Formats: sequence, C-alpha cells, structure tokens
Amino acid sequence: MATTLPRFLRREDFQQLIDALRAAGYRCLGPRVKEGAIVFDTLVAMDQLPGGYRDRQAPGEYHLERGDDGRLFAWVNGPQALKPLTFTPRETLWRAERRDDGTLHLQDVPPEAEPLAVIGIRSCDLAALALQDAHFLHKTVDAGYRARREKLFLVAMNCSRSAATCFCVSTGDGPGVHEGADLILSELDDGFIVQAGSQQAGSILSRLSLHPLSREQLGQAEQEIQTAADQQQRGLPGRNLRDSLFANLDHPRWSEVAERCLSCGNCVSVCPTCFCHATREQPALDGTSTEHSRQWDSCYTAEHSYIHGLLIRADTRTRYRQWLTHKLGGWHDQYGRSGCVGCGRCITWCPVGIDITEEATAICAGEDP
Amino acid sequence: MSNAYLPYQAEVLKQVPEGSSMVTLGLRLTDPAQRQRYRFHPGQFNMLYVYGVGEVAISLSSDPDQLDTLEHTIRAVGRVTRVLSAIEPGSRLGLRGPYGKGWPLDQVEGRDIVVLTGGLGCAPVVSVINYILQRRERFRRLVIMQGVKHSADLIWRERYQSWAKLPETQVLLAADVAGSGWPWHVGRASTLLDGAQFDVSNCAVMMCGPEPMMIGSAESLVERGVPDRDIWLSMERNMACGFGACGHCQFGPYFVCQDGPVFNYSDIKWLLGNKGF
Repeated sequence: MATTLPRFLRREDFQQLIDALRAAGYRCLGPRVKEGAIVFDTLVAMDQLPGGYRDRQAPGEYHLERGDDGRLFAWVNGPQALKPLTFTPRETLWRAERRDDGTLHLQDVPPEAEPLAVIGIRSCDLAALALQDAHFLHKTVDAGYRARREKLFLVAMNCSRSAATCFCVSTGDGPGVHEGADLILSELDDGFIVQAGSQQAGSILSRLSLHPLSREQLGQAEQEIQTAADQQQRGLPGRNLRDSLFANLDHPRWSEVAERCLSCGNCVSVCPTCFCHATREQPALDGTSTEHSRQWDSCYTAEHSYIHGLLIRADTRTRYRQWLTHKLGGWHDQYGRSGCVGCGRCITWCPVGIDITEEATAICAGEDP
Repeated sequence: MSNAYLPYQAEVLKQVPEGSSMVTLGLRLTDPAQRQRYRFHPGQFNMLYVYGVGEVAISLSSDPDQLDTLEHTIRAVGRVTRVLSAIEPGSRLGLRGPYGKGWPLDQVEGRDIVVLTGGLGCAPVVSVINYILQRRERFRRLVIMQGVKHSADLIWRERYQSWAKLPETQVLLAADVAGSGWPWHVGRASTLLDGAQFDVSNCAVMMCGPEPMMIGSAESLVERGVPDRDIWLSMERNMACGFGACGHCQFGPYFVCQDGPVFNYSDIKWLLGNKGF
C-alpha cells in the first residue's frame, strides 16, 4: 500500500529515521555485527550499522568482509529473520499453584510486548512473517505472538545483492519488497529512497528531511533489485512440489541425504517459518507452584514424534523427509503455499552444507512440478 | 485475549480400574460457567494436565449428552498416564478441549454400523457403541468386532457379553493367544470379518487400534465391497497443543489434532503404512 510518493533521504540523515522511531516510542533494532555475523540488535546510532560490510555465504559457510564503500545495507542476511521477535525461542504460558486443600490455581501469564521498530528487513523475511501470521494468527490466535506482532514497526530494505545461497526468485518472495512493511527503503550510494507502506509511516516520515527523487535514482534502485535477482544461482524446481515430493517418499535420495545430515536442527532454528514448539512443565523446588512454558522444537529430535514408547520417526532419513515434505509439501495443504521463502539460511547454517534446492531437485527430478 | 494453552480446573469424581492397567476417570469442570459451555462429540479428545508433571491427550469415552461427568479411559503407558491412572477421587487436574474431529455419527444415521478395534479396549470406539445404544432407532445393525493379543487383555468382558444379547447386534471377539475359558475366536481381528453380517452397500465402519491392523482390516473391507469413503479411522500421533499450533502430531499434510483424530479412509489411504509419517 503506497500512501505517499517515494522521497529521498540522504545517508548522512539516516540518524533522523532512528531518532524518529525512538521518539515515537519504539526500541529500534537494526543490523549489527556480532560474533562474525549480522544480527538484529538494539540500534541507537547510525554508526552502529555495518557500514561497508558484505556477507559471503555458501553451503555451510558465512563470512563477513569489509567493502570499500559506505553502504550500510550491502550485506544480504544473517542467521535471524523476524521469527525470534514474534515467536520467541522460549516463553512462559501459564503458572499453576496447588493450595493446601488440593485445589489448583491455573493462572494466565499475559504476554509482555514492547514496541519494536526493526530496520533492514528483507523481502524474504516479510514473506516468512506473513506465513507465521497465517499459522499463529489466522487459526487459533496465539496471544503472545499477537501481542508482539501488533507492536512491530517494519522498515524493509530492498536487496541490491544476493548471496550465493539466496533463491527467493524461484519462490516468488524477493528480492524486491512489495508489501507487509511500514516503510520500504532502497539504498543508493548517497542515500535512500523511502516509500511509505502503511498509514503509520506518515508520522515517521514527517520527521525526516526528505528530498524529491530523480528519475535516475528510481531507475538505479530498480536496476539494483534486478541485479540481485540476476545474481541468484540456486532455485527450487517449482513453486508447488507437493505432489512430486509425496509421490517420491521412497526415493533413494532420502537415505543418501540422511548419511550427511547430522539431525542437529540448525536448519529449523534459522528457518524463518518453522513453527514447531514443545511445552515444558517446571515445578518450583518447594512444590507449591509450577511454570508451564514453551520453547522452539525441531522435527529432527527424537521426542518430536514420540507416542507412548514409540518413535514415529526413529531415524534421520524419516526426520529429514518430514522436514522437507512438510516445508515444501504439507504447507500447501495447511497454508495455501510452500513454507519456503528462499532465504537460503538452512543452506548457509547447515554444518555440513546440505542444500534444500539440490535435495528437492534430486527428489523431484523427472517429476513434472 | 484468551490463552489457548491455559487449562480449566477439573475435579476427579471417580477412578474405576478396568483391568490390563487401564482406568476410567470421571471428571467434572469445577467452574459452573465453564461446565455449562462445554460440549463434545464422541471421538474428540481433551488435554489432561497433572500438576507438576505435564499434559497428555486422552479421548472422551462418555456420552456427549452426559456432561456432568466427562469420562476418560486411560492406559498407564507413559510418564503422564502412569500418574493419571493412580490419581484419587477428589484430586484436581487441568483440562482443556475438546479438540479435533470426532466420529461422523450425524452423517451415518440409517446405516449398519461396524465397529472394529484392535489392542487394549479402545475407548474412542466404546463411546460410539454407547452412543448408538442410547439412540438405537437411528441406526440399523450394530456389528462390534474386537481383537486382542491375549485373551487376558480384554477389558469390559461383561459389556461385550451384554451387547451380544441385544437385537440386531453382533459381537465378534478374537484373541491371537487364548487362555482357558475363552469362548470366542482365536486369531487375528481382521479374520473376524468373515463372520460379520452387515450391508456393505449401506454401512459405516469405525476403526481404532494399531495401524497395521486398521490398514489390513480396511483393505479386507474394501475387498468385500465396502467403499473407501464409508470407512473411518481414529489416528494417534503426538498431540500436544490440540489446536494445530505445536506441530508434533503432523501426519503428512494433516494435523491429527485438528484434521483428525478421526479421518475418512479415502483421505489418508495414500499415507497409511508409510513408516515415518
């Protein structure tokens, strides 16, 4: 939803955006270099941004390198998307007390959420957020997710580069941002094209020193998105692999990939759409109260498929197959589209470099997608 | 904004040992307003919570019109069910539900009903039998088939004996291994089908039990002329949240807690027996 014409924000004025968001009551999160990777963390000053940094990604590899220009968003992505902010890795759901007379007092623990503005979100991250919304908001409403989701202000950044692991073109989720953000920015050498994406953007934009745009600047931004798209080396063999995957449940590739897969669940942790979670009951030491919480879970663990003494998925072959057939297959039945947005994180952060596009292509080869 | 994970409090009204490490718990929600609102269909399940231990999915075994006591028949096989089985009347539990899709009892009125179960006394279908017997005029013949591994595993022996005496009702029992005093068939549950009398063109089959038994029985039924779409199965997976959020009970493209636990055979035939789903 474009509510105003795009304008230009000079790079030296980028601090105004951070200040405007902070003045509007948001804690600002933005890309920061931490432990050798780009992560979203608290941002108060623009000099905390990863100026000049570029990421080099490959299966099982992630390196940051310093470029020679001053671009603040020349990196592609890091291990996190928005998922940890909305579907938190761990949260308390409710507490129970047992009184002396044996009665239970089951108490809701209302979610706490602070207004957060996140700067530097990619198109794939927004696509993943829409999928998480479908899971946590459009069926049974998840109270914690909703509280946090409603307080997000999203500042998206069009991609001007793709990593070697990116394949959002093949999933239809990037590299250009179309919807789902409050502000959409494109980075040029001397500043940013700023476009409102929601009504809330108006009050933020009114605090910025914005300038008219030239046709050349707009053309340059479009060209950079196209360059990012053209750089992509990988792709899924189709947007809907559901029937093809389920028709190939006995494909020898499942056993072959299982010999490489460590069943560690890194792909699940970095996947911006994976939603599995397990609840835990943690009694206090004095026995009078207990806390019921949930945390991220992974279909690569044994417990995930446990039913009274039986594991439905006892080996890596069936666990990897579960992950892939769900992500690229079952999601179509459940949410009307694939659960993959082409961010490439599962490829980069896999310790042995298993490539989802390669596996899907091998398994669906010969099948009309 | 309500918290979908938060259970209601329920009181244990009774605890009835059924034999073979099974017990039936009669529960009542302690809040009258919650009790007033609570409705369920046979085949649905609740998440029962034991203080300090955790939750487990248990299907309702009582009649949907008897809402003063919600019955759950439990086998002590896991961490939570072992504690639940030993719980005393007067104790308090947490309860949330009901969840999932139950048996299609409204859709199959006027048909012969075939209830086929394997393994230890299958609570999800006992609720079907009781439901039909309470509303006998709405259904035609009732054929009850139950197979157990060992004759000593059969619970509710007197119930089967009394059902067998009812008009238009056939009870067929089988044990793979029979001890002395077993008047019924010795062999697999699926072999009972040979003696079952029902109209294959106007029936509804409801099954529960180990998957190999359900698959074998469904195939035998289809060979005998029962259409796929007239067969329903109650599936079990690791149901943990009950509303399709936590992801543990996925069965191919389905969430068993939401799309099941009762499935039409024609919907899941393609996936059944595929190890790992």
